[in-house]
Amino acid sequence: MTAVAADGGWRRLSARMLLIHPIQEIPRALPALIGVLVAGGGSGQRGLWAALAVAIPVGLGTVRWFTTKYRITPDRVEVERGLFNRRLLAVSRDRLRTVDVSAHVLHRALGLTRVTIGTGRSDREGGGSVRLDGLTADEARDLREELLHRGAGAAAAPGDAGAAAAPGDAAPGTVPSPTGEAATAAPETELARLDPTWIRFAPFTLSGLVAVGAVAGFLANATNEANLHPSDFGPLRAIVDWLEGAPLAAAIVVVAVVAIAVVAIASTVGYVLAFWDFRLTRNPRGTLHVTRGLLTTRATTIEERRLHGIEISEPLLLRAVRGARCLAIATGLRVGRGAERGGSLLLPAAPRAEAERVGASIVGEPAPLDCPLIEHGTRARGRRFTRAVGVWAMLAAAVGLPAAFTSWPVWPALVVLALLPVALALAVDRYRSLGHAVSGERLVARSGSLVRRRLALGAEGIIGWNVERTFFQRRAGLVTLVATTAAGHQHYDVQDVELGEALAVAERLVPGLLEPFVEEDRATDPRAVAAHSPPDAAGARRAAPPAEGR
Amino acid sequence: MSASLRPPRHRVSPTAVRYWATRALAGWAVLVAGQVVWLVATTGDRGLHVLLLVATVIVAVAHAIVMPQWRYRVHRWEVAPEAVYTRAGWLHQESRIAPISRIQTVDSERGPLEQLFGLANVTVTTASAAGPLEIHGLDRTTAERLVDELTTAAQATRGDAT
Repeated sequence: MTAVAADGGWRRLSARMLLIHPIQEIPRALPALIGVLVAGGGSGQRGLWAALAVAIPVGLGTVRWFTTKYRITPDRVEVERGLFNRRLLAVSRDRLRTVDVSAHVLHRALGLTRVTIGTGRSDREGGGSVRLDGLTADEARDLREELLHRGAGAAAAPGDAGAAAAPGDAAPGTVPSPTGEAATAAPETELARLDPTWIRFAPFTLSGLVAVGAVAGFLANATNEANLHPSDFGPLRAIVDWLEGAPLAAAIVVVAVVAIAVVAIASTVGYVLAFWDFRLTRNPRGTLHVTRGLLTTRATTIEERRLHGIEISEPLLLRAVRGARCLAIATGLRVGRGAERGGSLLLPAAPRAEAERVGASIVGEPAPLDCPLIEHGTRARGRRFTRAVGVWAMLAAAVGLPAAFTSWPVWPALVVLALLPVALALAVDRYRSLGHAVSGERLVARSGSLVRRRLALGAEGIIGWNVERTFFQRRAGLVTLVATTAAGHQHYDVQDVELGEALAVAERLVPGLLEPFVEEDRATDPRAVAAHSPPDAAGARRAAPPAEGR
Repeated sequence: MSASLRPPRHRVSPTAVRYWATRALAGWAVLVAGQVVWLVATTGDRGLHVLLLVATVIVAVAHAIVMPQWRYRVHRWEVAPEAVYTRAGWLHQESRIAPISRIQTVDSERGPLEQLFGLANVTVTTASAAGPLEIHGLDRTTAERLVDELTTAAQATRGDAT
């Protein structure tokens, strides 16, 4: 199967996929299947209709297998699929960023994998990646080595580089020499491995919340649709009766405890399913590998030259138990729809010290993760408070005014009133989180309370700068410095920093870029005059720590 | 140490003021039209409706007068040998700086309303989804010249640009 065929090097997916494709086609064939079952339900020939119901997905799956082929040429990866609507997906190999190998239970039973080849920025729309569903595990491993580690060898091999530069000259179908085998032999260093005791952090990740919500929503919908009443079932009936009989406070407490327990259990189960056997390794040829998963296994490979930084993320609950996660800031890794799914996760919920250790071993030095941060000053603190209290005041007005002028109940307003200390605590914590530094060639910034993030972004990954000033920020003489990048979230912010400090940070990281546009303040700007004396001296003093931290 | 960003050198076309005002009024017109329909359709006490309508019109007129002038003072652009520098916004202002070597695409666009005023906008994108530099309200010849200039400059430093 892996042999280079005569027809231009086109290869097929493993024939074992003939068993999996039909099952995967079921969701797509669902409307047709429902139609068949409905039609068949009323007729006498049930056997015939049932056979048809089986034949549809099998037929679709078979067609899919026969119509999908792929090839890897020296300069690109091509996949062609579709029966009536033939589609050719081609990814230029120098655009290739990540190779992701996953296998769910069915795949694993048959020794197969699904390979997703990620390209840089178009990944954000989900359209730029090429998926090969159904390679054998060996093929997938070879393919990964071939695709990612070829670059390292090619740098030293001018012939190969030439082939890449002149695609037309290369004979189609010539697969580059099996550099992959050499790479597999190269020793990988292990940076992290799941410690089963980390599972204690799982309930605090709240990752189960979504799953529980989805299941609850589905059940509520299903019972509704089917006209079932929960109270028709004996045990549920007893529970409902008890809750109705119990005092309100007790009922609320019981429901809350049960909900928390369910979410905690779901989070733990999810954690174990996703991260069992988690390993993070570094290949000396310049890639990081993440392998994980209990039932569905997943292996993500990240090119280190695409890795521009890391992020330590501490959601509030996880922070309360001194846990953290470590994420990659890399081009070509999907972010936004759950970093865990997207593969940018370098370490799941674990002790914070461990997350920092892993982060340090990836960036090569511990400084960006533990160097002292420059505080943003009293005006930034003031803004944390005005914003927290402002949101609270709007909420209070929205709830309180109707209560004052209409016959609406008063208790929501009282609840909101009681939230004021929470808003203030949030403001205090948000200011405590706020900070930035320049550590070596990296921008370090931390912010957030509900999810506190500390990022270390390499200067080489920074494309340009945005300086944002809202109306209120201008009044406070602060700016938000935004480093734009092709990696991760595409932009990383230093919130509410003084303009002078922001420009100094930008200048240190990308020397010369801002220089033509920066001027020393003269008496033209009234605010600048005020800033010349004490606050400026304070700014200079605060700017000192990162230099020592290096 | 107490440095600040100087504004970019070039203002956009003065015509942009009228363009922004027209665009703002067009947006408000939809809201006002809706309120008028509501007013006509209501029977009985219309006091609150009239009050809301008057308030909307006042806000709309104030917005159409203040916002374009404000924007015109803020919106500026400049192309330096190494970088493109833009400033935009009014209440929320944003300065963007991107190195010419990281430019990926330069394109110019003219919407129907912009064509009416003989204006065009220029968008400069980098590999970052957060980094497009947009210059609105340029007159057409300036926009064309700018696109040429930037395309040539970007081609001179071709790379992966990521």
